[in-house]
Amino acid sequence: MFIDGNGAAGVFAEALGVDITTAVITCAGCGAGGRFAESHVYDHGPGVVARCATCESVLARIVRTPTDAWLDLRGARSVRIPLPAEGADASS
Amino acid sequence: MSIVSRGFHGRREPAAADLPPGQYLTRDFPVLQAGPTPRVDLDTWQFTISNEAGAKYTWSWRELLALPSEKTTTDIHCVTRWSKLGTTWQGVSLDTLFADVETAADHALVHSYGGYTTNLPLEDLLDGKAWIAYRFEGEDLTPDHGGPARLLVPHLYFWKSAKWVTRIDLLNDDEPGFWEQLGYHNYGDPWREQRYTDD
Ligand SMILES: [Zn+2]
Repeated sequence: MFIDGNGAAGVFAEALGVDITTAVITCAGCGAGGRFAESHVYDHGPGVVARCATCESVLARIVRTPTDAWLDLRGARSVRIPLPAEGADASS
Repeated sequence: MSIVSRGFHGRREPAAADLPPGQYLTRDFPVLQAGPTPRVDLDTWQFTISNEAGAKYTWSWRELLALPSEKTTTDIHCVTRWSKLGTTWQGVSLDTLFADVETAADHALVHSYGGYTTNLPLEDLLDGKAWIAYRFEGEDLTPDHGGPARLLVPHLYFWKSAKWVTRIDLLNDDEPGFWEQLGYHNYGDPWREQRYTDD
């Protein structure tokens, strides 16, 4: 009935410009942390709902209307997004 | 030629007039849900109406089934653009459940097992417009379609017909529900194509 978080990558990338699947989300409900890719995504409905793999609380919701993306991250205590190391220089 | 070929269209297709704008016809019944299907034990199932003063009116499963039920045949329209025509439901009219409820509130917030919510004006639940439905096409309502019981408010987009319904709170001030908070229209009339917040 649900798919994994990779199935929601596109709609989050369109709205936020980041790859949400590698972000580590800490659940505001139970405190468990995990990569977004491992969350349980319900996408058969008016919007996309990502739930905690541990407790099934809502972590994130996103709705794509013809003109806007609406994002709710209240279910996430934190969203940790990996970035390239500051000052890293690919040529060195 | 066209006159002849018209005669060969066997089954009558529903007229476009039967479908609200932007909808297409489906014959199956897609399952839409925002979370896992709650498994509700009928021995502990409850339906509660809570008025604006906090008074609670509660029915057990047995008490619900003991109330007079109605059968209704109606079209349903999902905001994801499918419509299904001529569906038959059985359940208890909200008029019956509200008969002894004291309220002067204008707003209702519907709660489901599993945490889903949806809001609508109280008047849209009354006068023969809404039911707590527990049978669909002559069979017990299955869990994937909202069983043991769901709200049925077919004149609004189907996200308002909350599956696994367990409580209606009556409120003096409107409070947006699960999808109404996140870009969907507060009222959701399919004939006025009220899909999104600004429609
Ligand atoms: Zn959790």
